[in-house]
Amino acid sequence: MTELSKTGAAVGEPTSNSSAPSSFLEVRDLKVHFPTDDGLVKSVDGLSFQLEKGKTLGIVGESGSGKSVTSLGIMGLHTAGQYGKRKAQLSGEIWLDGTELLSADPDHVRKLRGRQMAMIFQDPLSALHPYYTIGQQIVEAYRIHHDVDKKTAKRRAVEMLDRVGIPQPDKRVDSYPHEFSGGMRQRAMIAMSLVNNPELLIADEPTTALDVTVQAQILDLIRDLQKEFGSAVIVITHDLGVVAELADDILVMYGGRCVERGPAEKVFYEPRHPYTWGLLGSMPRLDREQQERLIPVKGSPPSLINIPSGCAFNPRCPYADLPKDNVTRTVRPELAEVGSRHWAACHLGKEQRERIWTEEIAPKL
Amino acid sequence: MSDEKAVTKSAQADGATLTKDAAPGETLLKVTGLKKHFPIKKGLLQRQVGAVHAVDGIDFEVRAGETLGVVGESGCGKSTMGRLITRLLEPTGGKVEFEGKDITHLGVAGMRPLRRDVQMIFQDPYSSLNPRHTIGTIIGAPFRLQGVEPEGGIKTEVQRLLSVVGLNPEHYNRYPHEFSGGQRQRIGIARALALNPKLVVADEPVSALDVSIQAQVVNLLDDLQEELGLTYVIIAHDLSVVRHVSDRIAVMYLGKIVELADRDLLYRTPMHPYTKALMSAVPIPDPRRKNAKSERILLKGDVPSPISPPSGCRFHTRCWKATEICRTTEPPLLELRPGQQVACHHPENFADQAPQDTVLLSAAKEAAELVADEVLAESAATSAAVAAEVAKETTGTSEAAEASDTTEK
Repeated sequence: MTELSKTGAAVGEPTSNSSAPSSFLEVRDLKVHFPTDDGLVKSVDGLSFQLEKGKTLGIVGESGSGKSVTSLGIMGLHTAGQYGKRKAQLSGEIWLDGTELLSADPDHVRKLRGRQMAMIFQDPLSALHPYYTIGQQIVEAYRIHHDVDKKTAKRRAVEMLDRVGIPQPDKRVDSYPHEFSGGMRQRAMIAMSLVNNPELLIADEPTTALDVTVQAQILDLIRDLQKEFGSAVIVITHDLGVVAELADDILVMYGGRCVERGPAEKVFYEPRHPYTWGLLGSMPRLDREQQERLIPVKGSPPSLINIPSGCAFNPRCPYADLPKDNVTRTVRPELAEVGSRHWAACHLGKEQRERIWTEEIAPKL
Repeated sequence: MSDEKAVTKSAQADGATLTKDAAPGETLLKVTGLKKHFPIKKGLLQRQVGAVHAVDGIDFEVRAGETLGVVGESGCGKSTMGRLITRLLEPTGGKVEFEGKDITHLGVAGMRPLRRDVQMIFQDPYSSLNPRHTIGTIIGAPFRLQGVEPEGGIKTEVQRLLSVVGLNPEHYNRYPHEFSGGQRQRIGIARALALNPKLVVADEPVSALDVSIQAQVVNLLDDLQEELGLTYVIIAHDLSVVRHVSDRIAVMYLGKIVELADRDLLYRTPMHPYTKALMSAVPIPDPRRKNAKSERILLKGDVPSPISPPSGCRFHTRCWKATEICRTTEPPLLELRPGQQVACHHPENFADQAPQDTVLLSAAKEAAELVADEVLAESAATSAAVAAEVAKETTGTSEAAEASDTTEK
């Protein structure tokens, strides 16, 4: 996949040399493209970020922005699956604890998967096997990576179920997934992904299928477990409330690229990309006085086969005409530093954006 | 947005034809003791062995021109309720009156003229539109079914509707798959509006949509209500969306309405512990509040099965305030404060309805462990203050209500 040209690294971004980074997880210029009959779907098109142990990164974006594809890419689940007869094309670098995963031997990645990195999926009913008991599935996950007998593994499974708050774990370990409620299934899946004490946990829309009261329980659980195990966590969600609860850093994705990245507080209080403004304005909020009207983003998300030229957000951006020479429609903006550890990819001038945010957007939120 | 301007213009042009019979504020729909039990059958003879008490005796009114929001978790019966009032389901008991007319047990033929007045918007814009029909056919179907010949012909009218909901009238001949989720939801809305309905029941109209699109549809529903004087019943699980669109809100739990109140009262001073827990569970998009976790009330376990709902108050198995009376006696839905009805023996932000009963159930003690001490203390303080106020004031509850508002601050 060397034919994919690498885009130049932006200010503050890691440079694309192949030395091992100091961060626990570092993704450099990740691209995931799917060839289809209609054309090349560029689901992820040049994504870079770092994550330290004990920290949580929230990836936010609408459907089709490439959030889930990114997480499957890190887990190495794209090369394993086939799309029609053609495989996904991955390029870039994914460094996990000093090992580059994309160029590594698939057998080696398989050893890491489940052990060093684990994943919580959105829909626990389809992610759990209906034919095996919860216990059998957790035991299997444990014994693949640990040379222990079934009895010890089962004891470990009971211990994990207890830890994630399933009542009567010694009995429920022999239940089948359909005997669990949605919240309990999600707990069981969290138990399964944590059974090997992974250092990286990816939660892909972990609470989207759940009711708010159960969601609150699960978010609490994820937070407590992270504190206890000190793992690095990536939370993928479309719900800004969920990221605000969990994330230390936030990465906003649009059309397969990162449009803004920075500490959670910065992204919420000093967002520097019109799309982030749009997301914040679209959302009715319980913690504020009633807004008269929501401020939606016009239009709909782009097709990933036909990503708009220039800035992918330009057809929906109310400020697309402000920069000179039609640059928003011809040149793709690179991530540029707008504050400490805070990057945004936008053609608008830094001061211009600061002014628009403080004068036009923030008062209406 | 140019879309929105189009809505205003075309809707105003037809203002004359859109006058409504019921004056704003009058009762349009009245529901009393509405029940729906789904039988569970077993064995060779298909004997009934039980029933899912999906909706189990609810009373409410919908006034012309208002938006009633209905919230609750999955399985609380809110969608069943929506299908009962649109008479897509046959009620097991109770009464549904539309404009004073009893429609509870009307047959298909009897309902047909009413279908013009009561329309529904469905949750999933992918499964609620026939993929083999053009959107012209889909939006034109109500006219054909009702035998209505709009002025200027069906095609012109459909194209007008398309522009009302912010779609391009030239897309008349396209198929649903050519549209995005948000656009499909607009098609569903156009279809519901075709016959100038009086009441629109929307079941989770935005939950399948992305955040940015969700806001577009919420604003569209808002505009249409303003222009056409529509009455909405909006069923949703997202409390922030419901707050944004509703005038009054009903909170459902296990087939019952536990609280029915004006929006601001409900969100400022919720009285039912379940409402309070539900609202505290909504994640707030503000990272600075991440550590203010103590405000959150975590409920223990899951919603009990509607096949055999708990005795007395249905929430007593998970409530941190439950006492013996909650287990034995079902609390009636009472108007404790003007504009706020609640079914609870020990309401929050108000005087205790059963002060003699103070011994907590053991389940409640466990549940209370999950509730932060500050929340408990604050709730006890407000309730006590209101109780004192009520004792002093003999004139009624309205002053007490204001008093509790101030103590809440």
